[in-house]
Amino acid sequence: MDPTVQRKLIEQVANAVVSHADELTTLDQAIGDGDHGLNMKRGATAILERLDDLAAMPLPDALKAMGQTLVMKVGGASGPLYGTLLMTLGKEMPIAPKQSDVVRAFGAAIAAVKKIGRSDVGQKTMLDVLAPVHVELAVEAPALLARVRQRGAASADATIPMKASKGRASFLGERSIGHMDPGARSSSLMIAAACTVMEE
Amino acid sequence: MTVSNVGIVIVSHSPKVAEGAADMVRQMVGDSVPLAWTGGNVEGGLGTDVAAIIAAIERAWSDAGVAVLVDLGGAETNSEMAIDMLDSGRREKVVV
Repeated sequence: MDPTVQRKLIEQVANAVVSHADELTTLDQAIGDGDHGLNMKRGATAILERLDDLAAMPLPDALKAMGQTLVMKVGGASGPLYGTLLMTLGKEMPIAPKQSDVVRAFGAAIAAVKKIGRSDVGQKTMLDVLAPVHVELAVEAPALLARVRQRGAASADATIPMKASKGRASFLGERSIGHMDPGARSSSLMIAAACTVMEE
Repeated sequence: MTVSNVGIVIVSHSPKVAEGAADMVRQMVGDSVPLAWTGGNVEGGLGTDVAAIIAAIERAWSDAGVAVLVDLGGAETNSEMAIDMLDSGRREKVVV
């Protein structure tokens, strides 16, 4: 990937997290332990501190390095989850990925997140955004990025009526209904930011 | 110290909770069990830190294995991540 595009991609995805940190915290205070915004902001900030370094790396190495940074810095469950997602993407992605490579790598990354989170689709988690986005990514039709962004946002909204059966939100049972899952929201924010950069 | 006993690592989001729990364990078992605790994120706030968990596992290491006791969600996921980052051969001897 062109280093300028890669730099912008990393920067905009990290900035999307930083600028929505308060919203993510508010969502997490409703149904989780209230640390998602702060934790993700800490991880995103650590990535931005290494931006020059990360932009210069081949894409697979940059993804792995970002994943490791999240694992080491985030401090909550989202660190290993998003860290595993990025590290697996890095491991599976070639230096110049085609659409089919992205689809395959994203599928492997979702499988790794399911494994470490011992979770699956339908439990009101980030997987409820990642899995539908993966499906959309695989569709060979025009306006791929716009469709992916739209699917991510709609899927995050679709977690609102869901009842959580994984993570701390599951302790709330029925009372988790009516709130958007913070991990689903952060996933959709990052996906939207990435799509916007790639469209330019 | 008897190395035949399994070591114990206490991981909490709060360093105070982790230290307090470890104090109680120490009073109960004396020096017969390797024991370490860790709590707090990299900035010292509430949370857990993978590197600190790895270090705590090293401190409490026993050839018999190490049991990691955790409080909430992230402490468990981060502890599993820490175990994944140990050398194979040691990894198999640690349970959360």
